[in-house]
Amino acid sequence: MVPISAYVVVSAILFVTGLAGVLIRRNFIIVMMSVEIMLNAANINLVAFASHLDSLGGQIMALFVIAIAAGEAAVGLAIIIVVFRGKLATNVDQINLLKW
Amino acid sequence: MVQIFFTYFALVSIAAGILTVSLRNPVHCGIALLALLGHVAGLFVLLHAEFVAVVQIIIYAGAILILYLFVLMLLNLKTEERYFHRRHAWYITGVGALTVELLLVLLASRFGGAKGPAAVEAVEQIGNSMAIGILMFSDYLLPFEIVGIFLLGAIVGAIVLAKTPSPADLSGDER
Repeated sequence: MVPISAYVVVSAILFVTGLAGVLIRRNFIIVMMSVEIMLNAANINLVAFASHLDSLGGQIMALFVIAIAAGEAAVGLAIIIVVFRGKLATNVDQINLLKW
Repeated sequence: MVQIFFTYFALVSIAAGILTVSLRNPVHCGIALLALLGHVAGLFVLLHAEFVAVVQIIIYAGAILILYLFVLMLLNLKTEERYFHRRHAWYITGVGALTVELLLVLLASRFGGAKGPAAVEAVEQIGNSMAIGILMFSDYLLPFEIVGIFLLGAIVGAIVLAKTPSPADLSGDER
């Protein structure tokens, strides 16, 4: 039997990896992929604690997280397409009109 | 046996995550993300969450990742020479240290948590997906409906955003 702390450690490592990707990558699409990594880390935590505590609520929350990730991907990629059409840029440091 | 599978899934998913944020070509990043999602689904199977594992493969790897790859191919990105923000790389040390600290605090916690009614043996009598379905359409019905409305809004928003603007919209600046 694998202890729950092992799952939590894997989830924490994945979360920090995704956070590093959000902070250091310049390509907007890769930034969104890093957000997906972070959501997956959260899902591992939810399912691990659902199994640990003998409750199905965590698994259902993981399903909701997957649905919300789908919505986030759809809207985010539409925004990328609009920005790319107007400006021909997909790097997050070139998309700075809202920084004023 | 479970330990061997857990080690394999954990190590490969961590390696795939690191590759996703560090590879230069965005398409290679997408493929690494696919490997990550598949191995996280393996972790879910080890945790007796078969339905979530299948949904992970179908929705994440089958739908979301394909959407990413479509947009990547559509945009025809050049591979950048500078693809990292070197300036912000310092934050990661602090965030990593904070995470390790939180983990040490949490894992040393004395509180075990109350056990729920859904032990593995009880769930396996009726099957994982049936148990999830019964719970989702009774206790979690309101969140389920909210997610439905949310997805509808996301679909409409994505279509409105990505629609090619017609010439009438572009010329009508006075509104």
